[in-house]
Amino acid sequence: MPELISEVDRLSLVIEIGGMPVRVHTTDPGFISLLQDRYAGFVSSAEQAEIDFDVDLAPPSFGGADAPVRVTQRHGRWTFERGDFRAEWESSTRRGWIRQTANPYGIDAVLRIAHTLVLARQGGFLMHSASAIRNGKAFLFAGVSGAGKTTISRLAPSDATLLTDEISYVRKQDPGYVAFGTPFTGELAKLGENVSAPIAAVYLLAQGQENRIDPIPPGEAARGLLANVLFFAEDEDLVQSVFRSAFDFVSRVPVSRLTFVPDARVWALIR
Amino acid sequence: MSRLYVARNPKVAARSLDGEMMIMSGRDSTLFTLNKTATILWQSADGATPLDEIVTHRICSEFDVEPAEALSDAETLARELASHDIIQISEEPIAQPNPSAGESR
Repeated sequence: MPELISEVDRLSLVIEIGGMPVRVHTTDPGFISLLQDRYAGFVSSAEQAEIDFDVDLAPPSFGGADAPVRVTQRHGRWTFERGDFRAEWESSTRRGWIRQTANPYGIDAVLRIAHTLVLARQGGFLMHSASAIRNGKAFLFAGVSGAGKTTISRLAPSDATLLTDEISYVRKQDPGYVAFGTPFTGELAKLGENVSAPIAAVYLLAQGQENRIDPIPPGEAARGLLANVLFFAEDEDLVQSVFRSAFDFVSRVPVSRLTFVPDARVWALIR
Repeated sequence: MSRLYVARNPKVAARSLDGEMMIMSGRDSTLFTLNKTATILWQSADGATPLDEIVTHRICSEFDVEPAEALSDAETLARELASHDIIQISEEPIAQPNPSAGESR
């Protein structure tokens, strides 16, 4: 009698960003291969994962990425939704699932959301900013789209290590904060290096006629930081955590305004 | 005319920094920076003190403003803050779980 049920090979890959391993399970070898390329440099051999996601691949007609992201929590079970994916994650069991089409965009969004949720409880956050390490110190360059994150990344000298040109990973590590490289890219479309360093300064970017750094009052620093922190969840406790973290951050890390003309001389100020 | 009572939403994150009061809505993560009048209103919104008393004793004593005009402005402001879930407004006193100034630490 022929076997009616055969065991399906289950494949997995660990993606470690910011020191947090996330294991992704799928039965599709092509999707694993796609993830290996997408997260090159961030694939880990860690055996223990902070989160395990089972990925269920949907047909291409599943949905588009235009709908807004929604992140909600009910009785400890998180739901992440956009037109092109739906995911659930239970923080107590550290397990979840993702239903999406076979492309990296859905899982990219899910990873960002999951990291923001875990980081929020640990005093960290993801921030719309480029970041780089120079002389053993990390510098963050924050701003909305068009502020110059990709430009300043492109102008970085050879002795600077680029962590990201789009989304910085910030973890609290007493007595300050540490920035990690991320695979989350902007226009530069170049993955950051998977390294970390203590954060020495945050610059709110402005383009102008000269290169200069100006101090800003603490209130403006906190506002500038909060305006660039990525946070998706409709959850009052986590919003309060992120809010407190932003104020703690500005009390420990100098935040200034960096006005720059788009040429490499601006990096003479970043040391 | 009935009196209006205002109470801070205890789930809202608030912090005063360098004289600026910043508040973040827990509902949609929107950040608000309050001006001096709004800050006084926020700090006084204990759910037990009627808005007209807050205006008379805290706002008119601080700013050179006509009481009737100040009360009208305060009501408008209170309704706007309430529309963002930052405070509650009611024609009855509002019970508050924590009577302190409502700032996160």
